Amino acid sequence: MADNRADARVSMRTPLARVKGLGASGHGVEHWWIHRMTAVSNIPLIIAFVIIVAALAGSSYQEAIAIISHPLVAIILLLAVLSVANHMRLGMQIIIEDYVHDKGLKIMAVIANNFYAVIIGVACLYAILKVSLGRILV
Amino acid sequence: MAQFTLPKNSQYTEGKTWPKPAEGANLQAFRIYRWNPDDGANPRIDTYYVDRDDCGPMVLDALLWIKNNVDSTLVFRRSCREGICGSCAMNIMGKNTLACTLGIEDCDSDTIKIYPLPHMPVLKDLVPDLTSFFAQHAAIEPWLQTQTAEPETEWRQTPEERSKLDGLYECILCACCTTSCPSYWWNGDRFLGPAALLQAYRWLIDSRDESTGERLDNLHDPFRLYRCHTIMNCANTCPKGLNPAKAIAEIKKMMIARAV
Repeated sequence: MADNRADARVSMRTPLARVKGLGASGHGVEHWWIHRMTAVSNIPLIIAFVIIVAALAGSSYQEAIAIISHPLVAIILLLAVLSVANHMRLGMQIIIEDYVHDKGLKIMAVIANNFYAVIIGVACLYAILKVSLGRILV
Repeated sequence: MAQFTLPKNSQYTEGKTWPKPAEGANLQAFRIYRWNPDDGANPRIDTYYVDRDDCGPMVLDALLWIKNNVDSTLVFRRSCREGICGSCAMNIMGKNTLACTLGIEDCDSDTIKIYPLPHMPVLKDLVPDLTSFFAQHAAIEPWLQTQTAEPETEWRQTPEERSKLDGLYECILCACCTTSCPSYWWNGDRFLGPAALLQAYRWLIDSRDESTGERLDNLHDPFRLYRCHTIMNCANTCPKGLNPAKAIAEIKKMMIARAV
């Protein structure tokens, strides 16, 4: 009789054992919740970011530094970087989990995604702090 | 990576065009997926002509007419022919539905295309392997779980509590929703899928059940539950008009309710 199994490499474990796998990991709600929370915080922060960038357009170097040095502007930019970078990291991880199925490649992609988000975030934070605090620290 | 093209041995070829019934003037063409595990050949699409004047009104009637009058080797599941058993779920004109409740008229096409439910292993012709689908249903433990001593009569609930099961208990496990879900296509080994999750919610919201917390624990997983990205194919395709996506959203709300 022909071997009609959909995938002959599949073991003889019962279907229920295969579906249950390693069990529920007991996390996921926090990822989902923070992804939604940062989606909400992104709305005002990105609107403010666009307004700030528009205000910077056409201004001189000195004027630009003066605008970004304003505490309110600097704090909004810092918050925007934290919110957007975190949202990006969480969202990208979901995409990786959806589409990357090779175990090793998936772990590597998740690690790279985390590193990328942290590096981009820290670089942006450093830039904003350097510009806005530059006059005080020099 | 997720597989976006069919493997070589799953790519279908042009099949046989079966003879038109002799004097039938009122013909309806059908293009139907055929695959036989025993002949080693790729799947093929056969063309059939059905005499509408000699056939019932539903797509399932046409399939039975073909099996009786044209090609007895055509294989498909069917049982109740009234939309309650869920056996004849298949992909008709690009949408998963029940062949018995879809009218030939309603397809509104010269050539009605019929394929098995998407992205499942095919056993033969229009019959998919639903082993994993039913194992996922079993994994959510779809029965009443209690610790309190059993009452002498039935477990009681108010009419309001009972009404919360409306829109959930009607599910017939036909697998139309689960096999229409892209998240299930890519991660069907770990994501439970809309049908199993709708059933999970049916027991989570049941006022008589005493295992709500354990049930939520069992679903608290990035893959089992959170692969749902509210794509809504499930609600769009459900032949019973149910909304699995909403049931899944309610489970996510319950997860938040006990965490925040």
